[in-house]
Amino acid sequence: MNSEQTRKLIALSAIWIALLLAPYWMVPLGGYTALATRVLVLGLAAMSVNFLLGFTGVLSFGHAAYFGLGAYGAGLTLKYLAASTPLSLLAGMLLGGICGGILGTLIVRRRGVYFAMVTIAFGQVFYYIAFRWNSLTGGDDGLRGFSRQPLDFGLFKIDILSSANNFYFFVLFCFALIVGVMGFILRSPFGRTMIAIRENERRARFLGIPVERHIWIAFTLSCFFMGFAGALYALVNNFADPRGLHYSQSGDFVIMAVMGGMRSFWGPLLGATVFVVLQDYLSSVTVNWMSFVGLLFVLVVLFFPRGLLGFLQRSKA
Amino acid sequence: MNVLEINNVTKRFGNLVAVSGVSLNVAKGELCAIIGPNGAGKTTFFNLISGFFPPTSGSITFDGRDITRLATNQRVTLGMARTFQITEIFPELTVFENVRISAEVAGGYRLRPWISRVEAAQVHARVEETLKLVSLETKTDRLVGELAHGDQRAAEIAMALALKPHLLLLDEPTAGMGDQETYQITQLIRRLHRDSNYTIVLIEHDMRVVFHLADRICVLDQGRMLAQGTPQEIAANEKVQAAYLGNAA
Repeated sequence: MNSEQTRKLIALSAIWIALLLAPYWMVPLGGYTALATRVLVLGLAAMSVNFLLGFTGVLSFGHAAYFGLGAYGAGLTLKYLAASTPLSLLAGMLLGGICGGILGTLIVRRRGVYFAMVTIAFGQVFYYIAFRWNSLTGGDDGLRGFSRQPLDFGLFKIDILSSANNFYFFVLFCFALIVGVMGFILRSPFGRTMIAIRENERRARFLGIPVERHIWIAFTLSCFFMGFAGALYALVNNFADPRGLHYSQSGDFVIMAVMGGMRSFWGPLLGATVFVVLQDYLSSVTVNWMSFVGLLFVLVVLFFPRGLLGFLQRSKA
Repeated sequence: MNVLEINNVTKRFGNLVAVSGVSLNVAKGELCAIIGPNGAGKTTFFNLISGFFPPTSGSITFDGRDITRLATNQRVTLGMARTFQITEIFPELTVFENVRISAEVAGGYRLRPWISRVEAAQVHARVEETLKLVSLETKTDRLVGELAHGDQRAAEIAMALALKPHLLLLDEPTAGMGDQETYQITQLIRRLHRDSNYTIVLIEHDMRVVFHLADRICVLDQGRMLAQGTPQEIAANEKVQAAYLGNAA
């Protein structure tokens, strides 16, 4: 094993240990467990956006739609279909992923700014549906009247509703599952064709890669991940909010990804951490918290174009 | 047997006729060079062969199969690989990674979310073998974007070779190179042609390179095929001399 591999292994262990122990070190530092849970879920969403942005090189500005669809999918399942947490997660993921896959067939024909515009347009369609369809979605007030259910293993049950720590570890388990799948795909031949498309679309095409089809697969996969993150988010809040589908929410995910470092796998998680913690802290001080996050974002983009994680990695090397 | 048969192709862009009624047959194992003054339609002709856009009229047959309307990536799958006048590579990946993507696509693994150890080892061997062929075996871990221009071209050729093509299209392989690099690339193409028996069509401005390498030369001028023949025939052709001198004057 060479030194670079060793360093990667140490960094990876550090990340997982920090995540595993988060409920124990966050509280003394003035945080609380539910904040760590939010970081994980929004971090997963930012990583899903980055699966497309950082590793395929296409910018979706409407991914909140699939996040929101996941949330409504989970909420509606719990409210009307089955009182089962795993089923609600599955339903949310399927709803986000399938809608993404269908719309993706239209979206992937466009590139660059047109791709971003079309994703915004389709995203807003879902936003208005959630906003207007009062009888099903609760409209402006959001979807209420459901809550996450205990995990039933037959012999015993785990309470994730009232125990913040139990719920955190459940979310961490889900997070690890999806992040593992992402990492596995990125290290596969298919993942390498994604990177080829990011690096040079023309060359990818002239290696015999049907670029549109591969972008569609990457887009659809990221919508599945996004739907899953959205479903988790509905469980975090016991609530699904139409504003979770709005394009400004998509913008927040892109900010997290870019601020953290979109060329690195873990960058968006760092970006989401900074974003969520700042939001939590600043919003108790000022209603204009977003302007401070915005300022930080501008500074990062200007001075650390590879994001916070890119900066950290370089200063270490 | 002809690898490539181009039958009377024309390409119009609006009122401009970039390529007009050009026909060309390339036999297996042949090295055919396309030359012509600037604006003669050489690159457009190349783009028609590789499937950048379809011709306005005429047909193209590859390995006995009509490919006139096929998309680029389908032509590549059938065994046609090309390089570009301005090098097209994956600059932020290493030499090895650049060629590995190519070898994996050629192995049919591009949609696979996993790869077995045996398959990975085969891909690995294929990449090493290809890099040796273009003399980049000592630079496998360097980022392609940081290599010298000549090495970047060699890497691009390696990516094309890793596809195991039946036909190699090289668009100005020595463009922007100094004498030393031009010599190395020329020797590489010569080896590919003589030793490895590749069928090659190339566009080239440097006449020393063309006359050194080509079995046959095709001269394009104003979108038309002005002349075809062996290097000796072309050198003696008055129409060709007129086209080049007329352009220079």
